Amino acid sequence: MLTTKIFIRKNRAGNFLKNIREHYLRDDIHCGISNCHDCPPNSNISPATHENKCSLYNFNHYLVLDTNVILHQMDLLEEDAMCNVIILNTVLEEVKHRNLPIYKRLNNIMENTDRNFYLFPNNFHIECYIAQDKLEVINDYNDRCIRRACTWYMQHVPDAKFVLLTDDVANRQLAAEENIYCCSVENYVAHLENCGSLQDKLAHHDGHSISKSDDIFPPHLTTLEIHKGIKENKLYQGVYHASRDNFLEGYVVVEESDGTPMQIIVQGRVGQNRAVQGDVVAVELFNVKEWTAPSDLVFEDEGLVESGVDEVLRKEAELNVGKGKKEAEDRKPTGRVVGVIRRKWRQYCGILQQDGDASGLYQLFVPAEKRVPKIRIQTRQGVFLRTQKIVVTIDLWPRHSRYPEGHFVRALGAIGDQATENEVVLLEHEVPHNQFSEQVLKCLPKLPWIITDADVEARVDLRDIDICSVDPPGCTDIDDALHCRPLTKDTFEVGVHIADVSHFIRPGTALDVEAANRATTVYLVNKRIDMVPELLSSNLCSLRGGEERFAFSCIWEIDKNAKILNVRCHKSIIRSRKAMTYEEAQITIDDKTKNDSIAISLRNLNMLAKILKRKRLENGALVLASPEVKIHMDSETMEPLDVEVKKLFETNSMVEEFMLLANISVAEIILEAFPDCAMLRRHPEPPVSNFDPLIKVGKNLGFDIKVDTGKHLAESLDEAVNANNPYINTMLRILATRCMMQAVYFPSGIYEKSNFFHYGLAVPLYTHFTSPIRRYADIIVHRLLAVTVGSDATYPDLLDKQKSKLLCNNLNYRNRMAQYAGRASVAFNTHLFFRNKVQDEEGYILCIRKNAVQILIPRYGLECTLYLAEKGQSSAYFQYDVEEQTQKCGDITLHAFDPVTVRLSLDSSNVQHEKFVLKLVHPYIEGFSLPPLNVPSKRKGDSKNKNKSHEKRKKQLH
Amino acid sequence: MSRKELLSKIGLRQDGRRAEELRRIRCKLGVFTQPDGSAYLEQGLTKVLAAVYGPHQVRGGRSKAQHDAAIINCQFSMAVFSTGERKKRPRGDRKSTEISIHLHQALLAAVKVELYPWSQIDVYVEVLHADGGVFPACVNAATLALIDAGIPLKEYVCACTASLANNNVAMVDISNQEETLGGPVLTVVALPMSAKIVHMEMSQRFHLDHLPKVLNLALQGCKDIKAILDDVVRQHVKDIGSSTGWSQTNRKQ
Repeated sequence: MLTTKIFIRKNRAGNFLKNIREHYLRDDIHCGISNCHDCPPNSNISPATHENKCSLYNFNHYLVLDTNVILHQMDLLEEDAMCNVIILNTVLEEVKHRNLPIYKRLNNIMENTDRNFYLFPNNFHIECYIAQDKLEVINDYNDRCIRRACTWYMQHVPDAKFVLLTDDVANRQLAAEENIYCCSVENYVAHLENCGSLQDKLAHHDGHSISKSDDIFPPHLTTLEIHKGIKENKLYQGVYHASRDNFLEGYVVVEESDGTPMQIIVQGRVGQNRAVQGDVVAVELFNVKEWTAPSDLVFEDEGLVESGVDEVLRKEAELNVGKGKKEAEDRKPTGRVVGVIRRKWRQYCGILQQDGDASGLYQLFVPAEKRVPKIRIQTRQGVFLRTQKIVVTIDLWPRHSRYPEGHFVRALGAIGDQATENEVVLLEHEVPHNQFSEQVLKCLPKLPWIITDADVEARVDLRDIDICSVDPPGCTDIDDALHCRPLTKDTFEVGVHIADVSHFIRPGTALDVEAANRATTVYLVNKRIDMVPELLSSNLCSLRGGEERFAFSCIWEIDKNAKILNVRCHKSIIRSRKAMTYEEAQITIDDKTKNDSIAISLRNLNMLAKILKRKRLENGALVLASPEVKIHMDSETMEPLDVEVKKLFETNSMVEEFMLLANISVAEIILEAFPDCAMLRRHPEPPVSNFDPLIKVGKNLGFDIKVDTGKHLAESLDEAVNANNPYINTMLRILATRCMMQAVYFPSGIYEKSNFFHYGLAVPLYTHFTSPIRRYADIIVHRLLAVTVGSDATYPDLLDKQKSKLLCNNLNYRNRMAQYAGRASVAFNTHLFFRNKVQDEEGYILCIRKNAVQILIPRYGLECTLYLAEKGQSSAYFQYDVEEQTQKCGDITLHAFDPVTVRLSLDSSNVQHEKFVLKLVHPYIEGFSLPPLNVPSKRKGDSKNKNKSHEKRKKQLH
Repeated sequence: MSRKELLSKIGLRQDGRRAEELRRIRCKLGVFTQPDGSAYLEQGLTKVLAAVYGPHQVRGGRSKAQHDAAIINCQFSMAVFSTGERKKRPRGDRKSTEISIHLHQALLAAVKVELYPWSQIDVYVEVLHADGGVFPACVNAATLALIDAGIPLKEYVCACTASLANNNVAMVDISNQEETLGGPVLTVVALPMSAKIVHMEMSQRFHLDHLPKVLNLALQGCKDIKAILDDVVRQHVKDIGSSTGWSQTNRKQ
């Protein structure tokens, strides 16, 4: 049967168009109930084994859910308690339209066959379809469709019972009239068996605190009003960012009509109006007269579970007092949030606030992310949860409630526990870290793994060449190896051999999909979250010494001036002679008595690498610095023993140089073969304004930093050397690193060729080829290259520009998150190391602020703030000079980059945000500085056990 | 990423069809009396009229006439009201001209032109409502009109579109909504009985691996359409026959 859907749509030009679409109604749709005799037999329908036990109904029943139930109670649905659920297509489509993440989660549940969720396409079923009335609102129509489906089911399978769950009172009433069993979710869950923990997960969308108090927030505008306002340029749309330091302040980044970005400050309860970090909001801009400057006050939300709004009022008043004094020129665009266009609420990690009654029903949740407000939750296990790190999500934020209301999702583990902290780091950075699924593990090759004749046939046999690998100590995922042998008097053959991961990970398999989602291996201090299962990462793909392995080789003919004569790539079989560490390799090179082939090839490689590096630097490649540290762990107690800066050898740079060369060569090859879909990596040139802080500091120190081109920047950084303070140059490079943009992957088809440039390396083309074990981008590049050299076939997604683009977006996102997660892990472990310790440390001033100086402590890679005065007050000792960027006290002046000695200790008063406290030791200022500690801080011996799992973190800039 | 999938998880398309199902086809022969042959065809919401004049003496420049075959003159046009937004030019624009040429090629493969030297056959096709698959509908309608005109054909010439949903599943007979949602469209004109492909056209690229299954589905679509057209033609002949008392005699026997 056929019907048509007719609707009227407005097009971009403002004309009204009539759209007509066909809508076929079917009679071959299975109702999804296994023992149904009327429907055509269908083998996919499994019988319902689970029984829904709810004391409201004394019979087993099927559940039909309303859209809002799914949208709001996803955490509840993910529990196994409710099974035998019929999801109507009407509902599914509305869910998809309203909230894509929820839709994806619902799909995951439906895929789980144990739960027995059945999708019934009611809108295509000939008996369930009903036409929309002319004046009927879409919501009413959908509700009617749901009820129609229920009555049909009741008729169709008379011996089964169906219960409609909906929180809509009107809908319940209408359903009852049609004799449909119906119930609200809250009521249903309360009568379920073992409902205790389930009730905690219930989201309360009717506002559970029956508050007699007045509304404390102004109402939001309706969607219609917002759209109208934006169209008339009265309102701006933008993303809300909360301030880290002041819970009563935030800003919204909007675009002006000409496209320039603008930040609008919003202050106070009314200004923020229930916006949460990340939400897309509509803001109204005030008159210029009412503009204010961003406040430099620090306010922490000290609200208690039962406290009212008084504290906020007091702090708001304080905020306003400051306003009058502000210089007119400091004033920035100011406005207020008038509506929320899209909520970006997610799940938050944090702890329960420890005040008030631990066993009370209402608890206040403090998120680890400072920019997210506290959340009020209902729980029946408060005493236990107070010892745990927990995950909570926001349900709603009513006008009368000071805090958003949410519900408990799950507990992660005890507070302060290292495993818990790792979990938090991974969750907060959205790193996928579950165990690999059965499906994924099935894709792995069976052991014992042997090389067949067919394999040998398809590959170039390089087993007789003396190849070796050079890696950090303790590295188990060795993905690169090198060789070098003289061809003639003046020319060498240099080979870079990369683990052939794409041989094991075939496109489209579950393993491939999982790896693509993970995108990268994440290195935490004491944990590695692999991108591919361990069998591959540490065994079959890893180019271990003395074992035969598959590799993808890139082989150059190079003359002694490091000029590349030709390059070829092919798949190969290699046997690495030895897996060396950087240190071992360095010793081998330096030891003149060693003259075996490995030593000679290492020496040649080193010689060539130096020339390559010089050439690269002459081209304007930047040498940047970032303080990276390594944490030594006690292998038994897993406590950090010592923190030290990574040691670099000449061989580090040697390996890096050849990896760069391989990446560049491969980039050229794949771009030529696939102009549209080659996966490349670009590093955009930063806008000049990014360099302002660097130029300013340089000027104060008497250096002229030129930033117009990368080459000039590299040169001026090289020239900025002060003999008295050799660390100045490193500091400048650290600052320069912070001015840079992120390097990103992209498919070549989406940009002009001029945009392919890699700024940091100063090369026109670059990609990632050399670490396929820990980066997914490299696997794609391997596949492209394999097609180019004729040893593999393409597959559809590889050549699809749009899909590549989506893949790149994911890779870039995951890479960035992996980097942040790594840093967060180092920070946590550094904190752990400093717990109950007080030490004097050498540091350098990174920059000068009005009431503080930022200090970099190179030994620990730490950047901390030394406060010269209490917040909001001027210092009793120091005078701040804005022009010169100095702090003066008597005859002692603090400049940027001056060396200082500070006392370092950890302030653990805030369980979630431990922070370092610095006290000045040298230069000594009477009354301000402290006398040096008697015990000079000493390095711990290197004899202790070390855990170096994280060491393979290479610089992400490349 | 579009929020709408071409093919949902349960295997239904946006309009409720399954991947391998055609839209409803309804057609009628002999809708006009003026031309020698005419047909009206509905494929889903796409509605097409076709009219055939000839074979007749070559009109216009005699030079076009061929000594060994009839020439086929095709004209494709779309009614101004056939699309959502009113069209400015019903015929003569680039797209119409292109479709005219393609139609000409398709018909040339089926019509036994060698039987009519020095003559001309005119085929006029008018689209009343365009809802995806306009060109295939025109070919199918033209076939019917030629049959109605009694012009000898080698066999039915049928056309069908196919596409690739979710970069994986082939689906047949693409509607306008599916065209705009994206996905490559492969149009195939075939002689379904001898399984010969007359004309093939593709709107976007997809990977070569997918071509066999998409092409096969399109060919299957052509065969299915042929069966439907055949039924209609037989019914039509019966109806005409009955007016001459033919079916009556049939029944008596």
